[in-house]
Amino acid sequence: MSMHVVSSKKKKKMKSDINDKLISVLNYIIFGVFTLICIYPFYYILINTISANDLSAHGDIIFMPKGIHFQNYLDVVKIPGLWDAAKISIGRTVIGTFLTVGASAFLGFMFAQQDMWLRKFWYRYTIITMYFSAGIIPWYLTMRNMNLTNNFLAYILPTVVSPFFIILVKTFIESVPRELQEAAEIDGAGIITFFIKVLLPIIKPILATVAIFAAVSQWNSFQDTLLLVTDSKLYSLQFILFQYVNQASSLSSMINLQNSGSTALQTITKMQTPTSIRMTVTIVVVAPIMLIYPFFQRFFVDGIMIGAVKG
Amino acid sequence: MELFVKKRKLGSVKKFLYILPFMVLLGVFAYYPLYGWIYAFYDYTPPIPLAKSQFVGLMWFHSMFENQTKINQILQVLKNTFAMSGLSILFSWLPMIFAIFLNEIKSIRYRKFVQTVTTLPNFVSWVLVYSLAYGLFSSQGMFNSLLQQLGLSSSPIMFLQSSHHVYLSMWLWLTWKSLGWAAIMYIAAITGIDGSLYEAAQVDGATRMQVIRHITIPSLLPTYFVLLMLGIASFLNNGMEQYFVFQNAFNKNTIQVLDLYGYNLAMGGGSYSIATAISMLKSLVSIILLFSVNGLSKLVRGESIV
Repeated sequence: MSMHVVSSKKKKKMKSDINDKLISVLNYIIFGVFTLICIYPFYYILINTISANDLSAHGDIIFMPKGIHFQNYLDVVKIPGLWDAAKISIGRTVIGTFLTVGASAFLGFMFAQQDMWLRKFWYRYTIITMYFSAGIIPWYLTMRNMNLTNNFLAYILPTVVSPFFIILVKTFIESVPRELQEAAEIDGAGIITFFIKVLLPIIKPILATVAIFAAVSQWNSFQDTLLLVTDSKLYSLQFILFQYVNQASSLSSMINLQNSGSTALQTITKMQTPTSIRMTVTIVVVAPIMLIYPFFQRFFVDGIMIGAVKG
Repeated sequence: MELFVKKRKLGSVKKFLYILPFMVLLGVFAYYPLYGWIYAFYDYTPPIPLAKSQFVGLMWFHSMFENQTKINQILQVLKNTFAMSGLSILFSWLPMIFAIFLNEIKSIRYRKFVQTVTTLPNFVSWVLVYSLAYGLFSSQGMFNSLLQQLGLSSSPIMFLQSSHHVYLSMWLWLTWKSLGWAAIMYIAAITGIDGSLYEAAQVDGATRMQVIRHITIPSLLPTYFVLLMLGIASFLNNGMEQYFVFQNAFNKNTIQVLDLYGYNLAMGGGSYSIATAISMLKSLVSIILLFSVNGLSKLVRGESIV
């Protein structure tokens, strides 16, 4: 009797083991497929940029690069406006990130000061802007009223005070012992001295997180150029990438003309095609993100978890 | 004593003065645009300045519904907006399931690899996503080339220039871009679940599916609830960048969500006033939605979400 019970239990256990195995294998496969879908589009563009341009133009490069060459990356600098746009994108990313991180650090610190005049009110005044906006067109009209169209400042000033980053920093600072500031005050250090000399080094980890988020959003920003900028000197890389995707054919013939005039005639495998131009610019635009991605990936979880804690 | 109080008060005002410049900046970029709503009540056509434009009261608000064509247009835009947001909300549980099953994978290296790669698309712009989409789905892109090589189709299929399945393809791109990132919140929440719960379940002989159903999912539901509420609150705010980059003459009718419609009216057609009226209505409804879900959250969980 007891033997029987044991064996049926064993059978049940075995069955669930097989089920577990099956689920495991399926699980590995499904995640593998989704991961492949996430990475393949980038891989596809990359192998096309280094393959023979006549093949890539016909969509012949699908799994492996063929006829590898790097002429496209040499020619890409000849695209008019690309270097200017790169300077704009780099400029707004560096300056914008610097200002946003500085302001977020300072405001996160100040909002943690219990004795600030009307602290609660000003904190709400700041945070509530996360949840409403006037809308794209009213925003555009008022920005234009302030002469912020065709103006580099329009890339930078609107994001200096970012409520989400302020919440991140404030939450982090609240975990720093308050006695630290009291001790510094007794030693005669002013609030600004304390902030710069003592607090900033302590909150470096969260500032790194903020810097990464801010830099990525500056680099990826497209809508502000679309709405506010008509002067091609102020175009960002994202904006001209969008233009190139829609009108790469005229550019390719122009570069081919340049090349045939200056150097030896290009072979067909290295002639610029709309496809090669479009894809090469795509890689140029995504490269900075790809390059820093492995380093900033570890900051995500910290950042998003602190952000999940209500402000 | 009085002097001491005065000094403290002075210090607290001084602290405020430090943040004043930033509050002004926020006022200019977050609050001043609300003043832009005034354009909705004028017959504004640039370059004539607002001061010389005629005050028309609620004319633009009425004009949205003045004849059947306009009503149909607005209804179509609302339908698009609701469909795009609705699909997202309908599948808002996907990141949670993603996190749960990713957590079931034993190999830490495989898990890390999946997480790293699937988070990447969140950090590229919509313009870039469009460029990738163009590379894969244009007439000479990877899919058409593959279909032709396999002899499955003779003429290229216009995936991007199609008015069919726009909602679905937009939702798929959005999911491709954001699923891995959205799952991170749940992955972190799973690591926070009390380990003794799992040990107890193991002792009781629970299968993996039982553990997921009775321990993991209930532990994640509060997080899910908050995110769902925020999703509902921003029902009308699906932004315009994604739809703008994918927009073309063929899919325009089904891809125009409220924001994109307003943009097209203003920047394409010069109808700033009516676009402002639409923005204004949208913002007001959004704020009402936010307060409603916040109230609902207070009622259900005894805690507000904003």
